[in-house]
Amino acid sequence: MQKILVIFKKQLRDTFKNKTILIQFVMFPVLTLIMENCIKINDMPENFFTKLFAVMYIGMAPLTSAAAIIAEEKEKNTLRVLMHANVRPWQYLIGTGAYIWTICMIGAAVMSTGLPSEERLFFLPVMAIGFVISIIAGACIGIFSKNQMMATSVVMPVMMILSFVPMLAMFNDIIKKGAVVFYTQQLRNIFDEMSWSAIGTKSIVIICANALVFAVLFAVLYRKKGLE
Amino acid sequence: MINCKEVSKSFGEHKVLDKVSFDVPEGVIVGLLGPSGAGKTTLINILTGQLTFDAGEVSVMNKDVNKLKGADKDKFGIMMDRFGLYERFTCAENLAVFADVYGINKSNIKESLASVGLEDAAKTKAADLSKGMRARLLLARALLHDPKIIFLDEPTSGLDPKSVKGIHEIIQNKKKEGCTIFLTTHNMDEATKLCDDVMLLNEGNIVERGRPSDLCRKYNKDKKIKVTMKDGSDGEYKQNADAADKIAELIRQGSLETIHSEEPTLETIFLELTGKKLEED
Repeated sequence: MQKILVIFKKQLRDTFKNKTILIQFVMFPVLTLIMENCIKINDMPENFFTKLFAVMYIGMAPLTSAAAIIAEEKEKNTLRVLMHANVRPWQYLIGTGAYIWTICMIGAAVMSTGLPSEERLFFLPVMAIGFVISIIAGACIGIFSKNQMMATSVVMPVMMILSFVPMLAMFNDIIKKGAVVFYTQQLRNIFDEMSWSAIGTKSIVIICANALVFAVLFAVLYRKKGLE
Repeated sequence: MINCKEVSKSFGEHKVLDKVSFDVPEGVIVGLLGPSGAGKTTLINILTGQLTFDAGEVSVMNKDVNKLKGADKDKFGIMMDRFGLYERFTCAENLAVFADVYGINKSNIKESLASVGLEDAAKTKAADLSKGMRARLLLARALLHDPKIIFLDEPTSGLDPKSVKGIHEIIQNKKKEGCTIFLTTHNMDEATKLCDDVMLLNEGNIVERGRPSDLCRKYNKDKKIKVTMKDGSDGEYKQNADAADKIAELIRQGSLETIHSEEPTLETIFLELTGKKLEED
């Protein structure tokens, strides 16, 4: 536990020094606040921007930051030094994942300020689940990539699919049909209803299947490549 | 302290270490010398448990290296050239991460930075450090938790003479404190100055081992004496009665400026044994 906390603390210390990661964490919460407060269009669904950006936030920030952090540590050989200091790979991954999850949850809390309190209690746990899946997906990319450049080039298309497809699905039925297999699209549907009782079995199955696919992929990649 | 018995390691078809055997007693500085690609880093990786080996036995602190536990490895201090620093962190913050990992007092950080002459750079970002300062910070990080065995892989490679001298002083101080130091280098001067014992590694085999001075004497077959005259000219003599008379005459005449024996260096010994140079031109 102590070493997990050390990794968490180290990452926290790095938050304000690593501008690229910081932007990922801050961009959507800030955009949500600005858009929700500045843009008022007739017939626009309530909390439209919060729901829209929430899914984009899930598909972008935890994914890119997990991949970038792991790939950077591998590239700079700082991860190897941590392993030498008896930090176990799982301690590193949990510490880093917990850090990303916590920062993203703070961002989600900021995004939820415009929601009624009962909706906020729904919004935050759903966001929490989405962040976990994205962190695992990002960790897969981080483990797979030899360096940051490779991580970025792999993350980009995955991020585009996970974060932008649910938005594009609003305007195109064909995309909507294809997007149904992604957990971000299911989370988008769930946010539209904002009710526990409205969550369908299909959504739960797809989200769980996505989580399982990323978890298996993570296990395979970790077994094959480790953190070296 | 370290015991290696017939250790072999191959990467695919390429045999990097071939039945390497040696032991390192406690409290000494042992140098592993060899040209690039001789297997030095592979051996250090095996000794520190980072790399498995194909055959043989390795024990460190009387324990099988494969069975070393976390607490055992906490007694290792490892500095490798390719190890990185947290570039966005200051020197003090870099050490603070590892002080937390090892669960040691943060007050050690200041002391540690001072020991490598980086006390004034405590708030300097690692990204802004010179190569010499980076090496010293890497060394400070390796020594932060007061290890009993220190593994240094090319600790002064590519550094300026002032930084090299500083690092040598730190290494010698650690020896005085009772640490066992195992270092790899392809710098013969470094090995001669620092090491109690050197091993010459070539193509995965230890071709010679001993105290640097003993090796130099052992391979001093020509036993030459070099003299320099006051007028700037010099001459070489083989050690024999005839040479002694000539040198005595030069001394009597007052024309002799310097006189010293011409012993081979570790470089020339290595060249003689393997036909290869230790340092690349």
